[in-house]
Amino acid sequence: MKPAPFDYVRCDSLEEAAEVIAQHGDAVRVLAGGQSLMPMLNMRLSRPSVLADIMQAGDARQITADKATLRIGAGVRQTALSAYPDLCKINPLLARALPWVGHTQTRARGTVCGSVAHADPSAEIPLTLAALDGTVILRRGGKRRRVTASDFFLGMMLTDKADDEIIEAVEFPILSEGTGVGFCEVGRRKGDFAIVACAALVSPDRVRLAVGGVNDTPVIRDWDAFDPAEESDALNALAWSLDAREDLHASARYRRDLVRSLGAKALQEARTCAA
Amino acid sequence: MRRLNADQRHKIGMTLNGRPVEGYAVPRLLLSDFLRHELAATGTHVGCEHGVCGACTVRIDGMMARSCLTLAVQVDGAVIDTVEGLAPDAERLSVLQSAFRKHHALQCGFCTAGILMSLDTLLRDTPDADEHQIRDVLSGHLCRCTGYHTILNAAIEAAATLKKDIQDA
Ligand code: FES
Ligand code: FES
Repeated sequence: MKPAPFDYVRCDSLEEAAEVIAQHGDAVRVLAGGQSLMPMLNMRLSRPSVLADIMQAGDARQITADKATLRIGAGVRQTALSAYPDLCKINPLLARALPWVGHTQTRARGTVCGSVAHADPSAEIPLTLAALDGTVILRRGGKRRRVTASDFFLGMMLTDKADDEIIEAVEFPILSEGTGVGFCEVGRRKGDFAIVACAALVSPDRVRLAVGGVNDTPVIRDWDAFDPAEESDALNALAWSLDAREDLHASARYRRDLVRSLGAKALQEARTCAA
Repeated sequence: MRRLNADQRHKIGMTLNGRPVEGYAVPRLLLSDFLRHELAATGTHVGCEHGVCGACTVRIDGMMARSCLTLAVQVDGAVIDTVEGLAPDAERLSVLQSAFRKHHALQCGFCTAGILMSLDTLLRDTPDADEHQIRDVLSGHLCRCTGYHTILNAAIEAAATLKKDIQDA
């Protein structure tokens, strides 16, 4: 297999990448870690005539954290984020989800923003971004706009990013003190895309469950007052409200079952972690 | 900014197994094909060519990576290690390779080059790697022959030998 021919542009900054995109429009694809785009190119599901490689762009490599947000630049590899000091304190949910993202061999090159751009319905990073009400920062030329995760993911591999925009960074809000997190998933083999993945957030006044792998985009469910005695009913109602479908990997019924069992497990993990 | 034209061959230089090498690549040439066809380094195998099987795994700048998901032009100037560089000399296998031989950790050998590169990297970075870590790294590979247990046993023994070597030194 080989990709269809393209010109390759090695960009030294995101600004240069934005210029290339402005010049060629939808004929360009941005190449970061390549762990999602390269398979698409090899199978010729995508045939851009120009590839703009941003991995040499120094301004794309930054991870910055302040009191309110953790900001991850377009060129930050998943491994680099895992190794970020105190990630499990700054963003414990992300720290728990990252080991589930692909394999060591793909995390070494794959980027955080690349996974967001690819928007696979079963991918862990988009699920985490949605669970935490994160933001995607899009850039067109010198202009930027901010889109919340819930508005960004529109469907299976479909996002609000226009062809002439580039993801500059994503931002994860820092959780308030006393919020517990949990993350569980089931896949055919460790590192494969999830059949179902659940992320849970539990604080004194709110319980949230985010479910990936069932609908075309991550689904978020919030409860203000969550009566643990009614947990199994709540999870059952959630499972039935989703658009579970049968495919090669699992039946719809198995998916609903996983929502119930993984949901309970993730919530339990979050409660233990909050306590 | 450096722009490489689609239909031209461009000079690519890299350090392959400690030696500087050069070759030519059109932008769409995969690193796996560059190694095999341009540099005649056919130790690296190609299975699925979309990142699933791990047969093509090499080390890029010290990190294990799929060479079928990397363009040759992306790694111009990089340090690449492949299975050809594992044995200390022509007469001797590495500790990990010897353990593979002893435990029958390969049958057809198609997956072996990639698995060796991943495990070699793990044991180099984490000499006290435990079974859990070895399994985790192995999850990035498919083997159609062995059933994995022999591979696991070989890796566990190699890890123990390497740890002892470090302690003795
Ligand atoms: S050939 Fe590269 S992962 Fe299968
Ligand atoms: S030894 Fe045959 S595929 Fe692994």
